[in-house]
Amino acid sequence: MLEIKTAKTRRGKRELEKRAPKLIESGKKTLVLHGTKTSAVLNAVLTQIYHLKKESAVKYSRKNDNINPFEAGGETSLEFFSLKTDCSLFLYGSHSKKRPNNLVIGRTYDHHVYDLVEVGIENFKGMESFNYDKKLAPKEGTKPFMAFIGEGFETMVQLKHLKEVLVDLFRGEVVENLNLAGVDRAYICTALSPTKVFFTHCALRLKKSGTVVPRMELVEVGPSMDMVIRRHRPPNESVRKEAMRTSRDKPKKKEKNVKKDPLEGKIGNVYIPDQKIGEMDLPNKSKGVKRERREAKRKSGSDEHASKKKKEDS
Amino acid sequence: MEMEGEKLFEVDLGNLMAFDSHHAFPSQQSRVELVNECLQKGTELVQAIADSLFTLPSTEDIDGPLVKLPPPTTKLPREKHFPRPKPPTKWETFAQKKGIKNRKKDKVVFDEQSGTWKRRHGYDHANDEEAIPIIEAKPTDDPDEDPFSKRRENKKGRVDKQEKNRLQNLKNAAKFGALPSHVQLAATSLPITGTQAAPKKATKDELGNVAGIAATATASGGKFDKKLPGEKPAQHKGKYRKFLPVAEGTGIGSLEREQTEKILNKIMSKNNHDILNVNKAVTVHNVKKEKNRKSDKSKVSSSNKLKPQKKSFKKGNAKKGNPKAQ
Repeated sequence: MLEIKTAKTRRGKRELEKRAPKLIESGKKTLVLHGTKTSAVLNAVLTQIYHLKKESAVKYSRKNDNINPFEAGGETSLEFFSLKTDCSLFLYGSHSKKRPNNLVIGRTYDHHVYDLVEVGIENFKGMESFNYDKKLAPKEGTKPFMAFIGEGFETMVQLKHLKEVLVDLFRGEVVENLNLAGVDRAYICTALSPTKVFFTHCALRLKKSGTVVPRMELVEVGPSMDMVIRRHRPPNESVRKEAMRTSRDKPKKKEKNVKKDPLEGKIGNVYIPDQKIGEMDLPNKSKGVKRERREAKRKSGSDEHASKKKKEDS
Repeated sequence: MEMEGEKLFEVDLGNLMAFDSHHAFPSQQSRVELVNECLQKGTELVQAIADSLFTLPSTEDIDGPLVKLPPPTTKLPREKHFPRPKPPTKWETFAQKKGIKNRKKDKVVFDEQSGTWKRRHGYDHANDEEAIPIIEAKPTDDPDEDPFSKRRENKKGRVDKQEKNRLQNLKNAAKFGALPSHVQLAATSLPITGTQAAPKKATKDELGNVAGIAATATASGGKFDKKLPGEKPAQHKGKYRKFLPVAEGTGIGSLEREQTEKILNKIMSKNNHDILNVNKAVTVHNVKKEKNRKSDKSKVSSSNKLKPQKKSFKKGNAKKGNPKAQ
């Protein structure tokens, strides 16, 4: 037996519609969570990345003992959290003797784990350890510049994968129009060795150069860290193929108030708002049109008319 | 792609991203030097992005110059699958086959009953059969049948049928993964084969009661059974026996007398009609006697054949009328 369950409230319905698959997706949300044990370094990493992405991230602060993204069966509750919070990117921090300061960055497709990259955090420097002019501090939610340096990002499979994941994680909202006054941050990722990536977050200082293009200057604001690649799991080929599909045609916006007629061709309806002639000021205010008089007239309007007519008659 | 001096940078303007694939760092370096070199290199790349970004045609806005970014070239996976097209409903396929097209209907229709225009659907709508207070009988009608309840049943049947069709169409849509986002199909419970209706889900209380009843199956009535956490003690069904005190006194001691009185009263009230009220009986007897005497008198005085008959017929009247006449 099946039962039809629908959203009980309008608000709930809207919320569900927001989560429904869309032709053009708005942006991925990130879930930040950790395992049973985390180190102080990892706690700082997770909170600071969460701060960088605050407008589109959810942070869980409880211990999770049954999440092992790389093992079979260990992703069940992770997938459930992804469904619950509608996040398709996740950062999972754990700390063990075998893998100290372990950070798993992963993505989901249709709320199932799509790919995973595991990195160890080394040489972490938090936001608070940088001294800079606070006026330069990047604003929340601005679109960042991203720079990737090093041939490793092209030649090494893991680094190539990490690059893609980092772009997905930090690029922010995909926008059509960008305000040039709002660019104030950059992420710099450098492949130091085949397994090591130096990642840092910088503020941008725009200096006059005499041309249209300002001269860029980077000021490190943190966090900065070294990511040492450990395990990684590339996406399943068939899933990847499906996830990479793009729609060729943009969704057409319904054309309103326009009709096509075989004889007359295109016919448009033009909406003209109420002109509010009654409230309009007259060019000259003569005695008759003064407000008090008009109101007085309206009050005893019909009577006056009647009496006047009588007078004329007699 | 953009040429920057001799070096080749990959610039993806949609993501504001640049990639230098030709740089390799010398491995032996102190940390500070390394960071500085990274930043330097990064500045170059950022400058490359800015070069192409700031030369884009911009429109002036209150907040600053706005530029239109090209779509990103780096392909990233989607978050969820594409929205799937909804399969046509059974009616839609039928209409397609027959060439039936949707027509717009007026919102208001003429109501024959009241002779006014009313809305087509909803509260106080036109031609509402429920609103007809009198149904004319036809010679073919079954007299045992209530036309009103029949009408109600018909309506219910139509609503149920529509609901069934809706579920069928939604099931079909679910098969294609194209359910509307705000609808879910949830399994209520599996029906036992052969039964039409799904068994009702037992509530928490009901389960608790059953557990309590089961506990009484032991000789001690479940008194010494180990209780599960959260399990309630077995409910005692029925009354406890109570005995009255042997010695009479006040309070509960006087209960026995009350009880016997109660029983006595009950018996008395039940057989009340049998118990003789002497005073009443005497008066009744007297009245009867007098009546008999009177009737005898009148019989003697009148010779007319019809009159006594009439009198005897209206006995009550005569009885009432007589004292007035006297």
